Amino acid sequence: MTPKHHLAPGFPPFAFFAPTSKEDRRDSSAPAMTALKTPPDTAVTRTIPTTQGPRNSSLADKISRYLYIRPKVRVTGLLLLPLLWLGVLYLGSLALLFITAFWTTDSFTSKVIPAFTLENFTEILTQPAYQATALRTIGIALAVTVLSAALALPLGLYMAKVASPKMRALLAIGITLPLWAGYLVKVFSWRIIFSTGGPLDWLLAPFGASGPGYGTTALVITLTYQWFPYMAVPVYSAFRQIPVNLFDASSDLGAKSWATVRTIAIPLLKPAFIAGSIFTFSLSLGDYIAAQFVGGKTQVIGTVIASNINLNPPLAAAFGIVPIIVVVIYLFLARKTGALKAL
Amino acid sequence: MPTTATKAKASAAPTHHHSTPAISLQQVGKSFGDFEAVKGLDLEIRKGEFFSLLGPSGSGKTTVLRMIAGFELPTAGRIELGGQDVTYAAPFERDVNTVFQDYALFPHLTVAQNVEYGLKLRKLPKAERTARVAEALEMIQLPKVARRLPSQLSGGQRQRIALARALVLRPQVLLLDEPLGALDKQLREQMQIELKAIQREVGITFVFVTHDQEEALTLSDRVAVFNEGKIDQVGSPSDLYERPSTRFVASFLGNTNLIDGELARQLTGSPALLSLRPEHIVVRPLDSIQESGTSAATAVIEEIVYTGPTTRFMTRTDHGTQLIVQEQNGATSSGATRGSTVRLEWPSRYNYTV
Repeated sequence: MTPKHHLAPGFPPFAFFAPTSKEDRRDSSAPAMTALKTPPDTAVTRTIPTTQGPRNSSLADKISRYLYIRPKVRVTGLLLLPLLWLGVLYLGSLALLFITAFWTTDSFTSKVIPAFTLENFTEILTQPAYQATALRTIGIALAVTVLSAALALPLGLYMAKVASPKMRALLAIGITLPLWAGYLVKVFSWRIIFSTGGPLDWLLAPFGASGPGYGTTALVITLTYQWFPYMAVPVYSAFRQIPVNLFDASSDLGAKSWATVRTIAIPLLKPAFIAGSIFTFSLSLGDYIAAQFVGGKTQVIGTVIASNINLNPPLAAAFGIVPIIVVVIYLFLARKTGALKAL
Repeated sequence: MPTTATKAKASAAPTHHHSTPAISLQQVGKSFGDFEAVKGLDLEIRKGEFFSLLGPSGSGKTTVLRMIAGFELPTAGRIELGGQDVTYAAPFERDVNTVFQDYALFPHLTVAQNVEYGLKLRKLPKAERTARVAEALEMIQLPKVARRLPSQLSGGQRQRIALARALVLRPQVLLLDEPLGALDKQLREQMQIELKAIQREVGITFVFVTHDQEEALTLSDRVAVFNEGKIDQVGSPSDLYERPSTRFVASFLGNTNLIDGELARQLTGSPALLSLRPEHIVVRPLDSIQESGTSAATAVIEEIVYTGPTTRFMTRTDHGTQLIVQEQNGATSSGATRGSTVRLEWPSRYNYTV
């Protein structure tokens, strides 16, 4: 079955390219290549391989066949590493956090004592300072979310329905740009912007105003900048999926622009807003670096955890559970709206 | 209420020539950059008529419809609705409603909410809204789907809901943008009949965009044939079909034989282009006697295509002109065979110069 080639003297040993095994012969380009390389003036007798029977398999083929007929083995192989990561590293550390929250520390040595107590939770729930911090953090996260959504709506509308493809690409880059730089770099640049006598003060000086300085406002603006892409991208892509005819139809039926936005666009974008808000809300809830650099005296859950992590780890752990519970409640509410069905 | 007045007048006399047309386009033009989609168009659509804008894709018919609706603003000319200048009015200011090609039903609203949408914006009381929604759903024979979402309906049902949503507002003019394009043939034919019946019932002026010449001929009182941003001819279906004014109209509406050269000269004494419909020609034996008032040509049958109700003969006359003949199957079948030489005969009045 080996193809025979008549080699003209002086020609490269093109038989090297010729099919050498049945596997190769199935590759139709291989015989064609040899055919092309065959000198036209030589008489060539060749047998064109036609065998179609089962292949003599390599090891890779055998593995593929084995996996093909055993779906369970296949799925296990696929998910083994992700499951290890999820089970051991992710859930493991969460469990450890949860357990630590019920421990206590020796007030003199600051050593963690593994003994069950509800003391940490009682303190968080009863201490007015902790209550205020938790509520303030939730308020900041909500403000960031609302601000992001309010900015994403007109921007998404413009990008999806008005802008030229070129403008759209430019804006898409612009929106995702904050994701390209390091987190600390961005926080520091905002720290400079809000500094006393800094760029913002200088810019507002002609109007007789000054920037808000470090504090809650600066924190909300900085966090909105950080997490805006997570809101803008889903809202924009949802906008693109709304047929432009629906806006025409709404206007045709008598709706002015705002009525169309309110009754058609916003309801259809609800899943995108909720998906985006899960990011903006939970990421804002967990932040502490921005709070430290531009928050001034504003304390958030993150800064409280950061300041307790060495002195009183169990208290930090207990406080760390607060945002987890808040996010779980948030996800539960989001699920009730039906917005997560698309995920 | 102006709508009831319009309605009564329109249903009373759809064919009468009122002094104010429902729609009047005066030298209307529309350019997209360098591309001139519509070129200086003049058109009057009468009250209560079923008017079709017919043409191939890209001929400007949809652009004209969108300018009447207000989705596009003309770059030249003037548009009047019922005598009022609406050239630059917003869609929500115009007393016209549109049925879109892909229906454009709001996917998050139920059928009833979709139909109610325009009534709500007009701030009608709840009781009247409910009554009118029910009435509209009754008219399209879908009273039972009110609580469903558009995604739970078939294409034909969605089409009717779109119609109900527009008609419930009782506009002066209803614009329909290829509304039957997405339906299969059988459903389309059924919807054509219903559409015509509904139009007669409500007496509203319908402006219907289509590229399907058969649909335009079936439904319309009058048709405007669009060709490259201009109207080639406006007329009743029989006007257009039997007396096409341009070569484009002749060939776009149905099949036709375009005859020029020697045969044309023989038939009419001038080499001007003739349009002759395949079904106007009869195949007769060579030795039969030619009837008076007819034109004739000797031809060889080159090919025979049987289509069920008709048979088509591809023939070549002794002048070398190819003529297609369409014959009803049945009692009048000529029984001509391929390769035979026959006489083609047709009433001379069908020799129509285009």
